[in-house]
Amino acid sequence: MSDRAPIYLDYSATTPVDPRVAAKMIPFITEHYGNPASRSHPYGWTAEKAVENAREEVAKLVNADPREIVWTSGATESNNLAIKGAANFYAASKGKHIITVATEHKAVIDTVRELERQGFEATYLEPEPNGLVDLEKFKAAIRPDTVLASVMLVNNEIGVIQDITAIGNICRANNVIFHVDAAQATGKVVIDLETLPVDLMSFSAHKTYGPKGIGALYVRRKPRIRIEAQMHGGGHERGMRSGTLATHQIVGMGEAFRIAHEEMAAENERIRMLRDRLLHGLMEIEETYVNGDLDHRVPHNLNMSFNFVEGESLIMAVKDIAVSSGSACTSASLEPSYVLRALGRSDELAHSSIRFSIGRFTTQADVDYTIDLLKSKIGKLRELSPLWEMFKDGIDLSKVQWAAH
Amino acid sequence: MAYSDKVLDHYENPRNVGSLDKNASNVGTGMVGAPACGDVMKLQIQVNDAGIIEDAKFKTYGCGSAIASSSLVTEWLKGKTLDQAAEIKNSAIAEELALPPVKIHCSVLAEDAIKAAVADLKSKQPGSKEAA
Repeated sequence: MSDRAPIYLDYSATTPVDPRVAAKMIPFITEHYGNPASRSHPYGWTAEKAVENAREEVAKLVNADPREIVWTSGATESNNLAIKGAANFYAASKGKHIITVATEHKAVIDTVRELERQGFEATYLEPEPNGLVDLEKFKAAIRPDTVLASVMLVNNEIGVIQDITAIGNICRANNVIFHVDAAQATGKVVIDLETLPVDLMSFSAHKTYGPKGIGALYVRRKPRIRIEAQMHGGGHERGMRSGTLATHQIVGMGEAFRIAHEEMAAENERIRMLRDRLLHGLMEIEETYVNGDLDHRVPHNLNMSFNFVEGESLIMAVKDIAVSSGSACTSASLEPSYVLRALGRSDELAHSSIRFSIGRFTTQADVDYTIDLLKSKIGKLRELSPLWEMFKDGIDLSKVQWAAH
Repeated sequence: MAYSDKVLDHYENPRNVGSLDKNASNVGTGMVGAPACGDVMKLQIQVNDAGIIEDAKFKTYGCGSAIASSSLVTEWLKGKTLDQAAEIKNSAIAEELALPPVKIHCSVLAEDAIKAAVADLKSKQPGSKEAA
């Protein structure tokens, strides 16, 4: 199998650019290369028109006003701009406390940590074992000086969907600015910003079959939310984000979001069918656990732990599929996933987890191959595993005195 | 992560996987490591009447290098006396498998497993010389 490319099941990491998107982008690199900010000639006008069309497509997918969409370089920048921008703007009038969740993406966690270094205080809420935020605990975390809360819509590792409406309503009632990282949500769940009590929302193109390097931030107009710019310069994007607009990237994001809007319902049905097939196939393997709530979850994600199999050898065993592991065995240390640890999973189970993420170009044959591969490789590794042998002999592994080293 | 060809070979085709009767008087069992550390090795040796290791089996929960280290030592142990077995050094294992520095602990664990198996066997045969 090693002579062919592994089957791609890592759509939550990034997606291929849809060929229809790529086709739309190319003329804006070679022919329509004008600067959208150039007002004095047709090159600029053509580029500006393309940018504004794309802005409308992005706004349409999330039912917002195009004037509420600010282009950025991606969701990481959007998160930084939203959190730092709003926290700094409203700190003087409201206070310097921020609430977020321990299972947020690093682009949110580390942005909040940076604000802590600048004198803010932060609460990192622990989610319930199913990955969802408890509303009472969220309410209890709010203080008189809470300026901003940031909760992601869809989790990148376990795919759970937070109750953004309920959390947003709590924020509204307490005059707290509410930011939502929706990088993993577009094209997967319906987003209606006209009714959602959300002030700021981050988007990314490359998780939704658009190009990398482009994203957007939704900034509510009614009631108007103000943010401090983090990037200064030519005053683009109504001063919120300076920098020449990347026309081709923006066109790509617009087309990707247009397709998502059009095809989302049918695509989600197909992907749910594939995910359920994968789930049922893998659940036939003994001692297998799903991480995160299965009901409040996008159909694209399946995160599972395989007990009594060590994480790194598991990743070696499944090299014919491209997936993400709960243990980021980047170099020296095996660091278990902080998201799975926050759900209360043991180090062993966190290590031996795999995130399968399914997308537009996944086939039933891909899923069937993956099920067979996992069944045979897990079987092989367990045959090698003294822990599996002890488990099968009825020994309680938690009561064994291990010679720790 | 880059593994040497020898590690990959032992990982893909582990030698001597299995278990021996741990209650037999001529079988020594060594179990080292802990699940929380990411490695558990079980190594078993069986000696003949002449005190020579005639069989060795292993089971390992751990990374590719840990599996390869234990697989390799089962090959090395066969035909050795207990004293010769106890002389196997982790550095030799690490060198044979070209383990990177972060994986040296796998070879240390294999050496510990040999020592534990030999000690277990010796404790079962207090008068091994007389018996032979």
